[in-house]
Amino acid sequence: MLKLLLAQGMLGLNNGVFYAMMSLGLAVIFGLLNVVNFAHGALYMLGAFVALILYSYVGLWFGVSGFHIGFWPALILTPIIVGGFGILIERFLLRWLYKFDPIYSLLLTFGVTLVLQGLFVNIFSASGTPYPGMPDALKGVVNLGFMMFPKFRLFAIVFSLLVCAVVWYVIERTKVGALLRAGTENPELVKAFGVNVPLMVTLTFGFGTGLAGLAGVLAAPIYSVSPLMGADLIIIIFAVVVIGGMGSIMGAVVSGIALGLIEGVTKVFYAPAANTVIFFLMVIVLLVRPSGLFGREG
Amino acid sequence: MMAAPLLKTSGLNAWYGESHVLHGVDIEIAEGELITLLGRNGAGRTTTLRAIMGMVSRRTGSVTIRGREFIDVADHRIAPLGGIGYCPEERGIFASLNVEENLMLPPSVGKDGMSLDEIYVMFPNLKEVRKRMGTRLSGGEQQMLAIARILRTGAKLLLLDEITEGLAPVIVKALGEAIVRLKAQGYTIVLVEQNFRFAAPLADRHYVIEHGRVIDRIEGGDVAASMDRLNHYLSV
Repeated sequence: MLKLLLAQGMLGLNNGVFYAMMSLGLAVIFGLLNVVNFAHGALYMLGAFVALILYSYVGLWFGVSGFHIGFWPALILTPIIVGGFGILIERFLLRWLYKFDPIYSLLLTFGVTLVLQGLFVNIFSASGTPYPGMPDALKGVVNLGFMMFPKFRLFAIVFSLLVCAVVWYVIERTKVGALLRAGTENPELVKAFGVNVPLMVTLTFGFGTGLAGLAGVLAAPIYSVSPLMGADLIIIIFAVVVIGGMGSIMGAVVSGIALGLIEGVTKVFYAPAANTVIFFLMVIVLLVRPSGLFGREG
Repeated sequence: MMAAPLLKTSGLNAWYGESHVLHGVDIEIAEGELITLLGRNGAGRTTTLRAIMGMVSRRTGSVTIRGREFIDVADHRIAPLGGIGYCPEERGIFASLNVEENLMLPPSVGKDGMSLDEIYVMFPNLKEVRKRMGTRLSGGEQQMLAIARILRTGAKLLLLDEITEGLAPVIVKALGEAIVRLKAQGYTIVLVEQNFRFAAPLADRHYVIEHGRVIDRIEGGDVAASMDRLNHYLSV
């Protein structure tokens, strides 16, 4: 029983770190831009596809068969590409909507989601494509004592935790982070102090979407790469962000990991509830603490 | 006649959205001077400072600083190019930053800004609370922090909005002394003030603002003689 718990806990942790990284990006974006980025799931999907394309298609396009850009370079390149795409979205679409009610930017990002999903369903199939670029070093399993655990998943967990820790540190403990926090509170005054806030907003959006892209690359070898992979995830991520507290960095990370674990452990006790337990918790949190576990009251 | 103005606005108009708040404000201040903007609540004094900083939806007319026209300068470039430090009425202390982070936040806009040590000499209270979060400060500490924060940037032109509002008399006195010291050090200061007793002994000149216009200008030396006039303007 304990072994089963630990095993499901590890798989839950694996999901949890994805939730954490995704909701971290959402939280950063919501904090500074006050935009609920519905396209976050689609950008995660885009990240997985960029990894797939880099591996399987780039060689073909340039007529060099057998040329692959593998997992490790993709881990660096994909967040840059997806983040760059995010920057274009912010700069040319979202920016026009800030002066209106936030619901408009939500609708816009929802539209971007539909366009991206439609595009990829058209080009690739709606069913998944496996990512063939799993690096040799991460193939196979490790013995954790209580279970045999895929090496790659272990890597994904450690790497994601590291990314979350670095992002938390940068935001909470550095000068750049202080600017970001101040800009979240009172962008007008930060601008009056001489900071180029619009640029900061653009880069932050790029950074948040880059995190979604990064989660996508990490997910590609685990799940199959499909145009709808983000659609399933985004609903859970919203629940995570609501539970953690809108815009709270710490809340996003902690509740992401915790909810992944809870989801995993629920599978042991009553598997059919695993998919809904997060939403039950969301309801309870909203009733007891409407601003979320780590959100500021009012 | 006064020296060439460091800051001069002429025909300054400003809007918040559709509402037209300033209808041609003309003020000027020479280097090392201190002026106050007096008037009733809602007269347009705060908006005058905000319009200088570009914190309004739209502004027209002219704002020159050291002879350079600023009316078309992008809002985030005004403070660095003009060497301005702005202290808003609501103080604008960032709640999610601690005192030291608040102090270090605004980028430098001029040479020889005060060091942290100099700031702690001027405002010893701040040193004691330097690791405390911005929200957990008293009103007086917040006000000192809001002023200290712009002194660190090297700004030599200070726009201070209602710095004595809601503070205990002992704090107001300390702030008055700080202002006197800053003026002696050559800072140029625009003070929006409700507390005329606080402002009167400090100022070289007072501008009375009403309905978004300057309706009177009183030299510092003439205050005693103009007391009736002032009481009339400021009475509610």
